[in-house]
Amino acid sequence: MPVSTNSQGLPVWRRRTTRAQWLQYLAWLAGVSLFLLCWKMISDNTMWVFVEDAGRQGADLISRMTPPEWGYANVLWKPMWDTINIATLGTAIGIIMAFPVAFMAARNTTPHPLVRSAALMIIVSSRSINSLIWAMLLVTILGPGVLAGIIAIALRSIGFVGKLLYEAIEEIHPTPVEAISATGASRLQVMNYGVLPQIMPAFAGISVYRWDINIRESTVLGLVGAGGIGLQLNASINSLAWDQVSVIFIMIFATVLVSEWVSARVRHAII
Amino acid sequence: MLTLSGVGKRYPTGDRALTDIELTLPKGQVMALIGPSGAGKSTLIRCVNRLVEPTQGSIRLEGTELTKLSGQKLRQARRSMGMIFQEYALVDRLTVMENVLSGQLGYVGFWRSFLRRYPQEAVVEAFRLLERVGLPHAIDKRADALSGGQRQRVGIARALLQSPKLLLVDEPTASLDPKTSRQIMRLIRELCAERDLAAIINIHDVALAQQFADRIVGLRAGQIVFDGLPSELTSEMLTTIYGEEDWDTTPEPLDDEADDSEASSYQRGLPTMAAGSAR
Amino acid sequence: MSERADMTRVQTRQQAAQRGQWRRLPLIENPRLRWGLAIGAVIYLVLALASVEVNWARVAEGAGRAVNFLGAFMQPDFISRYDDIVAGLLESLTMTLTSTVVGVLLAIPVGLGAARNISPLPIYFICRAIIAVSRTFQEIIIAILFVVMFGFGPLAGMITLAFATIGFMAKLLAEDIEDLDWRQVEAVRATGASWWQTMNHAVQPQVMPRLIGLSVYRLDINFRESSVIGIVGAGGIGATLNTSLSRYEYDTSAAILLIIIAIVLLCEYSSSHVRRWTQ
Repeated sequence: MPVSTNSQGLPVWRRRTTRAQWLQYLAWLAGVSLFLLCWKMISDNTMWVFVEDAGRQGADLISRMTPPEWGYANVLWKPMWDTINIATLGTAIGIIMAFPVAFMAARNTTPHPLVRSAALMIIVSSRSINSLIWAMLLVTILGPGVLAGIIAIALRSIGFVGKLLYEAIEEIHPTPVEAISATGASRLQVMNYGVLPQIMPAFAGISVYRWDINIRESTVLGLVGAGGIGLQLNASINSLAWDQVSVIFIMIFATVLVSEWVSARVRHAII
Repeated sequence: MLTLSGVGKRYPTGDRALTDIELTLPKGQVMALIGPSGAGKSTLIRCVNRLVEPTQGSIRLEGTELTKLSGQKLRQARRSMGMIFQEYALVDRLTVMENVLSGQLGYVGFWRSFLRRYPQEAVVEAFRLLERVGLPHAIDKRADALSGGQRQRVGIARALLQSPKLLLVDEPTASLDPKTSRQIMRLIRELCAERDLAAIINIHDVALAQQFADRIVGLRAGQIVFDGLPSELTSEMLTTIYGEEDWDTTPEPLDDEADDSEASSYQRGLPTMAAGSAR
Repeated sequence: MSERADMTRVQTRQQAAQRGQWRRLPLIENPRLRWGLAIGAVIYLVLALASVEVNWARVAEGAGRAVNFLGAFMQPDFISRYDDIVAGLLESLTMTLTSTVVGVLLAIPVGLGAARNISPLPIYFICRAIIAVSRTFQEIIIAILFVVMFGFGPLAGMITLAFATIGFMAKLLAEDIEDLDWRQVEAVRATGASWWQTMNHAVQPQVMPRLIGLSVYRLDINFRESSVIGIVGAGGIGATLNTSLSRYEYDTSAAILLIIIAIVLLCEYSSSHVRRWTQ
């Protein structure tokens, strides 16, 4: 008990019991040792000579990045358009595929528990694998280009949209669904009238949110050859043209800010 | 018309909700089902349209055995039983008209319902029903913009658009104030008379049950303990159904013409109503 | 639209419904805007799809690889590159852990500074700027810069992830602080507590459960990210994966992907437990 009696018979209050206090110390000790161990592994694998040089390297990098070579921006419009297309088309395809998966994964709409575990498996695999890895795989299969990027974004979006959507489906009010089934509606009609109207706001919000994330992600897919502005970025870095890199960074920054603004506005309008 | 024999329900948890229910409902009869919370009233009416699966016995509606049906056949049987819910169970984000038209879902195919292309007669009937329940002006309002009583009227219109032979009514007045409760009960009663419908009404409010039903069935712990006319329901009988309570002590009798705010603040306890003070 | 026009519109719709003609209310009321948006969307789709160049010969060629790859998932090869996989995995895990700890510790002051209700304006702007920069750029872009600065290896990766963690955690923490229950803060202040005491007794208890939950979630994200920043030389399992893919050793790649999925599953499972435990 936190309240105990001391030798004079007066009650003493402490926040934790002695045992809990010791357990807590032990947990902290274990945590800190683990952290130090990890840190040691990292430091063993690091060339500290380079790190000592980091300040100078950073300053050097900045001096090479400025001033940005603004003329280069003219070359970037087409890649930027590709990037936006990758994000938008990828999100659209991902949503279309995520929709049935979410209905199969939600406990209250799934046709069968086995189907549910299969759907959950799809969601987890899609979520665990970064879109850049999807892009790497697809580039080896489909060849470099925008198509690989679109599909990579779509595959990654299935898991994200699917997960949030199936959680939304599980949270709907059950009574309207019951009422619609009581009218003699078929399974699809129950989904259409009882479930769909209830999840529509969540669905729209999730989609726009994912689109916003996808814009960010599609800017780097080009690093592995999957199209978009990342291709230019890769080329500029390889040729050490840092003044071009800074133009690309500014473009990405601006695009992401705009997409974030759009997504915030749309979500605000829905809610 | 509706016959239940030996109906029982045991939940997977092992709880017995209903035991050996025997009940026959003739055409056009309005029956009130009373009993304490957890007595199995909701389970009973949900067994009839199979929102809950009965584990024993048989339920026949005009000769059709309901407990054996599945798929298409079950949906056809369900559309002949209109259901009205306690919390109205409207789909909030659909308009009033869409909610009413959803009563037609058992009759139209998926794509028609998806595109909201309902047959002309269905729309005419839906609008006529909305006029009948007094809400023709609200067709394009969203369901969540209505008051409780209005929502329940929409729920009634939806159930009637199924052109049912039987109404299953689950606590229609539980979330309504006393005045609206009476209006809703009166409406259900009138509609049953107009269309010669049978109805099973689950209700907590014994006085309302006595006033508006032709017959009262009392349920206790999943078994029928009373079945008779409203006038036969005595204080002793209420004790059998609900347990020991002083049923005759009444505060002020409830005035039907009392103004709205007074009526809604009035405590609707069971003892008050059971004394028959309302009429 | 004026109220009068609204009234007549409702009346026309009612009269139409009476005749049995009813259409769903359009999502966007203004027809010009509605059609404009629809046509705009179609034009965009056509333009976007037209600008996607697909080399079908190359796709056909890749189909065989796709089959190989799917086959590899059936028979993943954990053995032949065992040492590389273990080394990469350990590196990823250490990077994940250290970067999350460092990132969260640094995110706390930034988050406090970025909460409008407890920090002065200049600090607020500085902290918000840090958050914006950290959130806008993909981890991988930041990794490129840090690899140039700190050389190849896990240190660059760790700093990258820590930097990304700051933006993520600080933003959510700041939002959390901005809508905490202000009465509790006032109550503690009213006892004469100093700024630090207020933070410790009023703010910390309110944000702590969510902070722990978010940290565990971020741990999960950092692990997933650590599997890709290896592509640009920042250490971790990503480098191993990249090598195996470029050597067309699909069975090894499949093994790595399966390990990643398993670890993420484990993280998610334990994080749901941690969150329940901190509630």
